[in-house]
Amino acid sequence: MAELNTGDGGGGKDKKVRSKKQNSKVDLTAMVDLAFLLITFFMLTTTLSKPKAMELGLPDKEKDDDKNVDIKVDENRTMTILLGKDNKLVRYVGLLETPVAGGTPKDFTYGKEGIRKELLNRKASVLKYTGDPKKGMIVIIKPGKKSNYRNLVDILDEMGIVEVPTYAIVNDFSPAELKLLEGK
Amino acid sequence: MAVKTSKKAASIDMTAMCDVAFLLLTFFILTATAKVPEALPVDMPASTVQSKLPESNLATLTIGKGKVFFDIKGKEVRIQTLEKMAEKYGLEFTDENKTEFSLMEGFGVDIASLKSIIEMKSADRIKADQPGIPKDSLDNQLADWLKIARQANIDINDKELEIAIKGDSKEEYPSIKKVMDILQDQGVNSFSLVTGLRGKNF
Repeated sequence: MAELNTGDGGGGKDKKVRSKKQNSKVDLTAMVDLAFLLITFFMLTTTLSKPKAMELGLPDKEKDDDKNVDIKVDENRTMTILLGKDNKLVRYVGLLETPVAGGTPKDFTYGKEGIRKELLNRKASVLKYTGDPKKGMIVIIKPGKKSNYRNLVDILDEMGIVEVPTYAIVNDFSPAELKLLEGK
Repeated sequence: MAVKTSKKAASIDMTAMCDVAFLLLTFFILTATAKVPEALPVDMPASTVQSKLPESNLATLTIGKGKVFFDIKGKEVRIQTLEKMAEKYGLEFTDENKTEFSLMEGFGVDIASLKSIIEMKSADRIKADQPGIPKDSLDNQLADWLKIARQANIDINDKELEIAIKGDSKEEYPSIKKVMDILQDQGVNSFSLVTGLRGKNF
């Protein structure tokens, strides 16, 4: 449509009128392209930029101490994750003094290749051990004083991805655990 | 003859399409809410969570650099919260102050100097280095703000106020924990953590 009128010589009056009529139509293709590009941009930015909310429920604080003592949990089902400074992450399975086979304290990294693999493996082995889907893995998250908020959100996100049935954030550290986080 | 018609059909009339496209474009531009500059800019950590933050009925606690800023959604709730807080701390706010407060963004100052912050222009407010709301055990204004805002929300919207924590990724855990403790002391055991979006195959 946006062709040039290459003067093909001796245009009579009749021809001139015709060429004018052709040019009165504007090519809108490029304009429509641009309009749709902008639409796409605004559509995506309005819906994607909204912040997401991660729901977090904490246990009741009152009289927590008496209750916690009474609950007895099979140590084969628990994994404890300690978060330390500079994105340090240590996990052990079972009790720290007598860890379950393959569950001695070990450093992991965040993300797909690190703690997620371990969580998935351990989740499967816990299910095999209990043989009851209701008795899944229990993860205890202990964020240290030097860990940052990103670490906490990352590990909570990991719980969601792996679908760990039970997890809790616990704030008290035993001296041995502190040593694990700070030592080495 | 047949050749001539096929040539004509090669160009489609785009006018209507163009009209529709621009109509939609206008709609999206107008509905897109302009981003309000935040009093305390924070870098949110990302997560794969999909649920969105509610638009109303929400109080946001922004935590960054050890400071806590407070923000509530909803004009009426804000005005009532301010009135009750003023009553409690024996301060006076004019009607203009209250209206301005109901429109402004989050704040992070001692309530005694809140008036001067309200009277600033919004551009200056961001530049003003707000020290954060006092939250230590002797002068726990943050707990009062929360308690009064929750009460005001129940009075006006007849709903429990939802609370979201928006922390900076680099913020150390103890200062987040401190705010969580204040919430738990009031019996708020479930709240949201505001995060950005991350790709699914993270």
